[in-house]
Amino acid sequence: MVGAYTSMIGATVAYLFLPRYFGEAIDTVKNMLEGGQLDNAAIFTIVGTIFVLSVIRGVLSFFQTYLGEAASQYVSYDLRNKLYDHIQHLPFGFHDKHHTGNLMSRAITDVENIRMFVNMGVVRTPYFIALFIVVAVILLRMDWKLGLVAVSFMPFVAIQSGFARLRMRRAWLIIQDMMAELNTVLQENLTGQRVVKAFASEDFENQKYNNQSREVSTSVIRAERLRVSNTAFTLFSFQIALALILWFGGSRVINGDMSIGELAAFVFYMQILAMPVRMSGMVVNSYARAASAGQRLFEILDLKAEEEEAQGSTTLSNVKGHVKFENVSFSYDEGVPVLKNINIEAEPGKIIALLGAPGSGKSSIINLLPRFYHADLGRITIDGIDVNDISLKSLRHNIGMVQQDVFLFTSTLEGNIIYGKEDATYDEVVSAASVAQLHDHIMSLDDGYDTAVGERGSTLSGGQRQRMSIARAVLLDPPILILDDSTSSVDANTEEEIRKAMEEVMEGRTTFIIAHRLSTVHRADEIIVLDKGEVVERGTHQELLAKNGKYREIYELQLRPQEEVLRDMDLDDDGKAIVSGRANR
Amino acid sequence: MHGSAFQGVSRGQVDEVTFGRVYDRQVILRLLPYVFPYKRLALIATVAMLVYTVSQVSIPYMIKLGIDQFIDVGDFSGLTVLFGVFIAVACTNWVANYTQQLYMEKVGQGVLYDLRRTLFAHLQKLSLSYYDKTEVGRIMSRVQGDVWQLQEFMNVVIMTLADLLSLAGIIIMLLIMDLKLGLITMAVLPLLILIMAVWQPFAVKAFLRVRRAISIVNGALNENITGVRVVQAMNRQNRNLQQFDEKNSEHLFSNLVASKLSSGLIPVVDILTAVAIGLAIIFGSRMVSLSQLEVGVLVAFIMYVQRFFDPIRNLTMQYTQLQRSMASGARIFELLDVEPDLVDTENATDLPRLTGAVELRDLSFSYAAASKEVQTMARETGEERNGTNGHGDGNELPDVLKNLNLEIKAGETVAIVGPTGAGKTTLVSLISRFYDVPRGRGSILVDGTDIRDVTRGSLAGQMSMVLQEPFLFSGTVRDNIKYNKLDATQEQMEEAAKAVGAHDFIMSMEEGYDTYLAERGVNLSLGQRQLISFARAIVADPRILILDEATANIDSYTEMLIQRALQKLLVGRTAIVIAHRLSTIRGADKIVVLNLGEIMEVGTHEELMNSEGLYAHLYHMNYASIEAPEPATANGASSRD
Repeated sequence: MVGAYTSMIGATVAYLFLPRYFGEAIDTVKNMLEGGQLDNAAIFTIVGTIFVLSVIRGVLSFFQTYLGEAASQYVSYDLRNKLYDHIQHLPFGFHDKHHTGNLMSRAITDVENIRMFVNMGVVRTPYFIALFIVVAVILLRMDWKLGLVAVSFMPFVAIQSGFARLRMRRAWLIIQDMMAELNTVLQENLTGQRVVKAFASEDFENQKYNNQSREVSTSVIRAERLRVSNTAFTLFSFQIALALILWFGGSRVINGDMSIGELAAFVFYMQILAMPVRMSGMVVNSYARAASAGQRLFEILDLKAEEEEAQGSTTLSNVKGHVKFENVSFSYDEGVPVLKNINIEAEPGKIIALLGAPGSGKSSIINLLPRFYHADLGRITIDGIDVNDISLKSLRHNIGMVQQDVFLFTSTLEGNIIYGKEDATYDEVVSAASVAQLHDHIMSLDDGYDTAVGERGSTLSGGQRQRMSIARAVLLDPPILILDDSTSSVDANTEEEIRKAMEEVMEGRTTFIIAHRLSTVHRADEIIVLDKGEVVERGTHQELLAKNGKYREIYELQLRPQEEVLRDMDLDDDGKAIVSGRANR
Repeated sequence: MHGSAFQGVSRGQVDEVTFGRVYDRQVILRLLPYVFPYKRLALIATVAMLVYTVSQVSIPYMIKLGIDQFIDVGDFSGLTVLFGVFIAVACTNWVANYTQQLYMEKVGQGVLYDLRRTLFAHLQKLSLSYYDKTEVGRIMSRVQGDVWQLQEFMNVVIMTLADLLSLAGIIIMLLIMDLKLGLITMAVLPLLILIMAVWQPFAVKAFLRVRRAISIVNGALNENITGVRVVQAMNRQNRNLQQFDEKNSEHLFSNLVASKLSSGLIPVVDILTAVAIGLAIIFGSRMVSLSQLEVGVLVAFIMYVQRFFDPIRNLTMQYTQLQRSMASGARIFELLDVEPDLVDTENATDLPRLTGAVELRDLSFSYAAASKEVQTMARETGEERNGTNGHGDGNELPDVLKNLNLEIKAGETVAIVGPTGAGKTTLVSLISRFYDVPRGRGSILVDGTDIRDVTRGSLAGQMSMVLQEPFLFSGTVRDNIKYNKLDATQEQMEEAAKAVGAHDFIMSMEEGYDTYLAERGVNLSLGQRQLISFARAIVADPRILILDEATANIDSYTEMLIQRALQKLLVGRTAIVIAHRLSTIRGADKIVVLNLGEIMEVGTHEELMNSEGLYAHLYHMNYASIEAPEPATANGASSRD
């Protein structure tokens, strides 16, 4: 940075001497005409000086440009790292609300806009301003009257640019938001092609996209109109100044107040300013873009990372796995409670099954334990320590999760299995995969564990992908295990395989399990039935069956043929005999 | 502006070739038709640009005139007239400059809009075979990133054109003012061209490296954001940052190399400018002394030479952008060139309102037949089990469906069961015509008409599908339910929501049906999303309803409610249901048992149970997992018979 400024000053100085020698050359020629004698030596001295100055200037502006560019690259490098790290530390609540497309456009376009500005604005703007000031001083000293005329256009440019800058900044903010919206429409359309096709809604989608796209175009044109009128005006006022110099300066030459060479020098000095004048429009534009980009970036960078939300610093060791929820309440959005006063106690090594309708709060409960979200009220403890007091790293290290949405990273199968524990040995990987009933399938692939998988994980079926997630969790060997809906999308055969695997894995671990099918939950130590965020029933399989409550109802629903249940329910509705007992809510 | 948004994971060998070009005739030729609708605007812009260039180039000449014609001879009034002309030229320049830039921008935006529209519409036409094998991120990068690149390209083209024009103008002026001095001054040009020729290959390589680095960086970023939940659950942040930093550093470093190269041209241009000016002064002064040249001409010469190198300097700066844009253009057209493999035949007719009879005749299908590259899909849906049974190796794609014959009467509810990989999803995808069955490999008829002979729109309009993974769009609950029937009334919508038991939870949200579902409804549970997609299917009033494991993510109670609602809703409609939980389909009119792409058994529940085949086996297994370990619970199951 310092280097950039130093070479900038050097280049400027060299640059500023050049017009004087151009002017001198003209005067020499002029004098020669009057004296009738061509002074070859003088001409060569002048040309030589010009050459040397140009070389100096060229070399120095090389450093200036390069160092300016380098500075801007370092800034964007830092910014990218910062953003990357910050985003991966932001809590789930943030990611629930922000589209990947939206975040990507910030990380790419906005960072780039800021980089451009560092180069244009921070490095070149001082250069331009310095150039303007020094040229103004030189011109004023050469001939203050003509100098005054020459610099007269500068205030206009400054004022105009100032206004344009503010308005363009607003315009760019709008455009960036609209672009993000357009991204979203596109991304959803592509991800949901199956739905679009199933409903033959291509026309509707076309229209939706085109409307948004048109708005983007219109607002870009609006912003560009601002930029264009700004640059055109700037150039215009510069040319007017040039005309004034020619006219006023010409009259002074005619009156004998200055030489033609001096006038020429004036013109050449003005010529120096031609480039900055043209560039000033771009600087203003880049400022406007960067300011709006910066605003969008800092919106994200200023958000608290999840660690900062709680000051937990305790490190867990020798976790037994005694988990307690005490009077826990929680809501994603204020005013819409998702969990109300939940109490759960899981002794080490016990299995807790959570059951309930969609939206009853099962997933929320298990998301609170690794602190993906924070409970509003009550507390959650592991071995008696409040999870808020435990460092995130240590907390999550002790909790293995098999999540609903399986995400595979672009890597090999092995790379994905060892995702949470990179120092795992091959044997460990194989045994984890075996537990997850995946080993045989993996070995049947040409590349075995080295088979590449990507975001869509297309080498694996849905059931296999879920088992990948199980293998991942198994490898971590956590004292606490969370299984979220992990076996819902596989057929009975596969489910049975997984169930066997899981039984082995659950051995000696505290396990929270969510599954719709009783076959998975019925052997839990405690089954908790949830409804609308509240515990409505709890107990073992036997106890709950004996209770003739909601669990019994679900149990019968699953075991009895559907049409019988439906018939019973119809009877229910008619108020006649109730066969199943609790089919009605 | 970089804007290579979502360049993401797309890095092919093709890119290597296309990345490096500065001028690609193919791309330019294909872009031209997009400019054509805006020819009037483009014409105005071009004229304005010419006027702008002429006025710009004439300024040094006017200074020369002023010096030689008026100042030198002391003609002040003449100078004043010239001053007036100068002002007029400046005004013209102002207007022309504004018009030129604005109209070019309008043309550019118009072209981009059309291009985006064409791309999007094209994407809607591509069949699922394409989406099965192409990552969303990759398409995104084309439509967003590459189109944005073309926007920058427009800007560059405008600047380049302006630069070339003024270069031409300057050369003409130099030669007009004095042929001999003009030629002498331009003697440095060949040297410049030579240097550029040496410089270019290095630059191409350096900028290629930059772009590869940035697309790796963006890919890593994209993946980390998408998989952030796993990252956090697995405590991978530090390791990930470390890996990202390596990629980011490579990007930084490659940029530094590239900017060293591009800055390297600056001293060259500066020195050559000095040489040219030096030549002008040395030879000019000699010519002045011989009265072959006026002083003003020399002044004008120096001014022109100074401006002469500005366009050249700009051209070198635009160089990378040109390269980048050509690569983007090539990629966009590559995408547009993907032939939709599922198009309506020329004389396709619209289906009349269906009764809903479906018939499969000798139907066989393999994904290879649909598209050579869709092997991944086949593996995903069909081969898991095949693989373990030693059938498909992945190289030779086996048939996912083999010679199916099946008749579904209008209004029937047909269940399709079978182990994972049996071909169930493939079968319903074919009935929905997500893929076309090649002629000669059997056919699918609805109401006796081959679905390949009708328009896809008229077929899809009478079918609804509920998939295992519910997919909602960002928008309100209302938008989503009315998605394929925009003219549905509030009553119809609420009725559908009530029927599937979604009404209550929708109303419990603060804004009811107007609740906004952010990012495809992540604020809802999976089951709730499924209920909404159920309501969406029902509002459409389909003749044929396809449920592909639609209730896998819903609890038994809700599922039962849906089943019950379906009993009413399915009256007079044909339903094809895929389910793993066999208890839910016992009441079907017909149960089709698929295994390894073949129909093993067809019949009602009772018939199949009696025949003790695969169905009976699967059915027992469904219960075994509960009953086996807990024989004591027989009292619960006793009500079964």
